[in-house]
Amino acid sequence: MSEDKRKRLPAGQFITTQFNSLLGWARKFSLFHYPFVTACCGMEYMSAACAHYDIDRFGAGWTRFSPRQSDMLLVVGTITQKEAPVLRTVYEQMTEPKWVVAFGTCAVSGGIYDNYAVVQGIDQIIPVDVYIPGCPPRPETVLDGLLKLQEKIQHQEPDWRWKKRRS
Amino acid sequence: MPNRILKQARQDTMLLNMGPSHPAMHGTIRIMLELDGERILNSEVEVGYLHRGFEKTCEHRTYFNLLPYTDRLNYVSPLINNLGYVMTVEKMLGVEVPERAQYIRVLMSELSRISDHLTCLAAMAMECGAFTAFLYKMKAREFLWDVIEQTTGARMTTSYIRIGGVRADLHPGFDTVLKKAIEETRLVLKDVRGLLDKNKIFLNRTRDVAVMSREDAVAFGWTGPCLRSTGVSYDVRKAHPYLVYDRLNWEVPLGEKGDNFDRYMVRMKEMEQSLRIVEQAAVRIPKSCRAFIAEGMAPAQAIKESRRQRVREDIALSPNLEGSEEARYPDILASDKGYVVPPKEETYTSIEGLINHFKFFMRGHGLRPPKGDVYFAVEGGNGELGFYIVSDGTDRPYRLHLRAPCFHIVSALEALIQGRYVADVIPTFGSMNMIGGELDR
Amino acid sequence: MEEKTILERLRREFPAEVEGAAASPLGEDVVIIGKGALLPVMAYLKAKPEDYAMLLDLTCVDLRGEEPRFEMVYHLFSLTHNRRLRIKTRLPEEELRIASLTSLWKNANWLEREVYDLFGVHFEGHPDLRRLFMYDGFEGYPLRKDYPLRRRQPLIRLKD
Repeated sequence: MSEDKRKRLPAGQFITTQFNSLLGWARKFSLFHYPFVTACCGMEYMSAACAHYDIDRFGAGWTRFSPRQSDMLLVVGTITQKEAPVLRTVYEQMTEPKWVVAFGTCAVSGGIYDNYAVVQGIDQIIPVDVYIPGCPPRPETVLDGLLKLQEKIQHQEPDWRWKKRRS
Repeated sequence: MPNRILKQARQDTMLLNMGPSHPAMHGTIRIMLELDGERILNSEVEVGYLHRGFEKTCEHRTYFNLLPYTDRLNYVSPLINNLGYVMTVEKMLGVEVPERAQYIRVLMSELSRISDHLTCLAAMAMECGAFTAFLYKMKAREFLWDVIEQTTGARMTTSYIRIGGVRADLHPGFDTVLKKAIEETRLVLKDVRGLLDKNKIFLNRTRDVAVMSREDAVAFGWTGPCLRSTGVSYDVRKAHPYLVYDRLNWEVPLGEKGDNFDRYMVRMKEMEQSLRIVEQAAVRIPKSCRAFIAEGMAPAQAIKESRRQRVREDIALSPNLEGSEEARYPDILASDKGYVVPPKEETYTSIEGLINHFKFFMRGHGLRPPKGDVYFAVEGGNGELGFYIVSDGTDRPYRLHLRAPCFHIVSALEALIQGRYVADVIPTFGSMNMIGGELDR
Repeated sequence: MEEKTILERLRREFPAEVEGAAASPLGEDVVIIGKGALLPVMAYLKAKPEDYAMLLDLTCVDLRGEEPRFEMVYHLFSLTHNRRLRIKTRLPEEELRIASLTSLWKNANWLEREVYDLFGVHFEGHPDLRRLFMYDGFEGYPLRKDYPLRRRQPLIRLKD
C-alpha cells in the first residue's frame, strides 16, 4: 500500500454509507438459521448444508437449535395440522429481527397433499419472506433462495430507532 | 398430547420434553421423559406429527398416479418404496418384467439402500458428536445421488420404477460414473470405520446400550438391520427372493447382542454387501438392444412423413420427447399393452398407439386389476416393507396399506430406554433409523 | 397345498369358527374366521408347532355398502417355517368391538391404536386405547369411506 493509494481513498481512511446499508450487510452475512425439519426436504437441506453445496460460504452455515439464538426460521418439509401449534410457538419465541423461509412445496402451499391432515402452506400460520419451491428443491435452488433473502435483508426498512430520531 | 405420562408422573420427578421440533434431525417425533436426575423412569413416545394422509389420498388416485406418493414414504431410500408398490401391483396383474429391467431395479434399489444407511449412520454419529463422520458420509451420498440423478432425472424423489419395468434405460456413460461412486463410497466407509469402530467415546455410548433380546425383537415385529443385529437371520431378499437377488453372490451380516453398536455394525457391513451386489449387477446385466437410429428429422416432419407412408425404420424424434428410441423399450418395459404407457412414437404416429394411450389415461379406464387383495413385501432400508392392496376392479385402489418397518421398531423405544440415562436416548433413537414419512405415513 | 393344510388344521382345532379360505390364486394363505374366535385361533397359531412368532401387520378395510361393514386383516409370519398367513374377520358397524392381541404380540399395542384412531374399532383388553396419529380434539375417523378427504379441523386459527 503506497502513499498515492491512500490518497485515492475518499476522505482518507473513511468510507461513508447509510447506517441501514451497513446493518443490512452485517445481518445478511451472519444468518443463524433454525432448521425446522420435518420431512423429505430435510435430505436436500442436509445436502445443501454439507460439502458439495456449502451454505457456509454465504455466511449461513451455523445452525442454532434454539429460537432465541437464531434469526432465520427455515421451515423444511410438510407441516401437518398437529404440528402447526408447535411452529407457531417456535415463531413467536424468536426475537426480532427474524425472517422465515418456506423450503419445499409442502411448506409453500401444502404440496401434493391436499387432505385432512396437512396445512396448505405455512403462510396460513406465520408470515413468510422467501418461498423456495421444489419437491424437493435442488441445493442450487436453495442457494438461490438464500441469496434472494440476503437481498431482501439488505434492502429492509430502516431500523425503528433511527426512524424515531429523525421525526 | 402424551396423556399417559402426564397422568402417571409423580410429584418429585422432572418431566423433560424432547419435542416435535427435534435437533436430531429426525424430524417430528415427541419423546416425553420422566426423569429422576438423569435416569429415565418412564417415557412416552408420541407420533403422528407427519401424518400426511397417504393411505386415504391413495384411494383417490389411479394406480399410475399414486407413484410419486410412494417416493415420499421412506424418503431416504425412495426407489425401494417405488419398487415395493410396483411389485405389489405387478403381482396382482401378473405382469412379466424383462430381465434387463430387473437388473436395473436391483442396482437402483441397492444404491438407494446404501444412501439410506449412510444417512442413518451419519445422523447417529453427528448426534453423538462425530460431526466429521456426517460430512464424509454426505459426500459419499452425493456421488451416489449423482449416479441416480443421471439415470432417473431426480436426486431423491424419482418415481423411476414403473409398473412393467423402469422409466428409462441406463445412459451410455453409466459404468464410469458408477465406478467412481463405488470407489468414493468405499473410501468413505474405510475412513469412517477408522474414525468410529474403535473410538472409545463412541463405544462407550453405544456398546451394551439398549440391548434387545431375540425373543423381544420378534415379539415386537422387528425386521431388517435391527432384527439382524440381535442374531436372527431374516432378510426378505433371501427368504422370499424377488427380482434377481437369488442369482447374485452376497451375504447377510448378523450381529450378536442387539445393542446400538451392533445395529451400527450391521448397517456398515450391509453397505459393503450392497456394493458387492451393485458391482455384480452392473457386470451381469444383459446388453441392451439399441437399434440403429435413423438420421434425424424434425419432429413435425417425421410425423408428417409417417402419415404419408408406413415408415419401416425408427423415427428419431427430438431427444426431449420421451421414448425417442423406441427400440430400447422391449428391454426395460413389459410389452403388455394394458399396463404400460406406450412410447411417444407410437402415440403420435399410429392410431393404435393413440387409442392405447387414451385408454390408459382416461378416467375409469387404465390399469384395472382383478378384484381381490394382495400383500407383497420387499426388503426396505429398515426391514420388511410390505404393501397390502385391496382392489375392487376399478382403476383406483380401494384400500392401500403400508406395512412400515420402522413403525414396529419405534414402538419398542419406550421399552428400550427404560432405566437408562437421557444421553442414551440419542444414539438409541439414531440407530433405529426412524423415518417420519414411513412411520406416520 | 399349504393353504389346504393350514385350513385343515384350523378346521380340526376350531370346527365351528373357521369359515373358510378365500380363493387365493396368487399363492397366499388366507383364512377367514368368525370374530369371536380371534384370540383362541391366534394363540393356537402363535404356539408351536405352527409357530407364527411375528405379527407382521394388522389393519382394517372399510367395505362400505356391504354387511358387515368392516374387515380386520391380520398378517402373521413364521420365521422357522418361512411362510406368511393372512387372517380376515368381519365386524358389523353397530358392534365394532374385537379382542385385542396385546397379550400375544407386543407390537399389537401401537397397531391397534392406529386402527382405533383411523377407523374407530374398539379393542377389548387393550391397556391404553387412545389416538395415535391424530390430535386430541379431532372428531371422526379419517380413513372411513364416509369421512371426506378434505375436511380440515385446524388446531390453531389459520389465515385465508
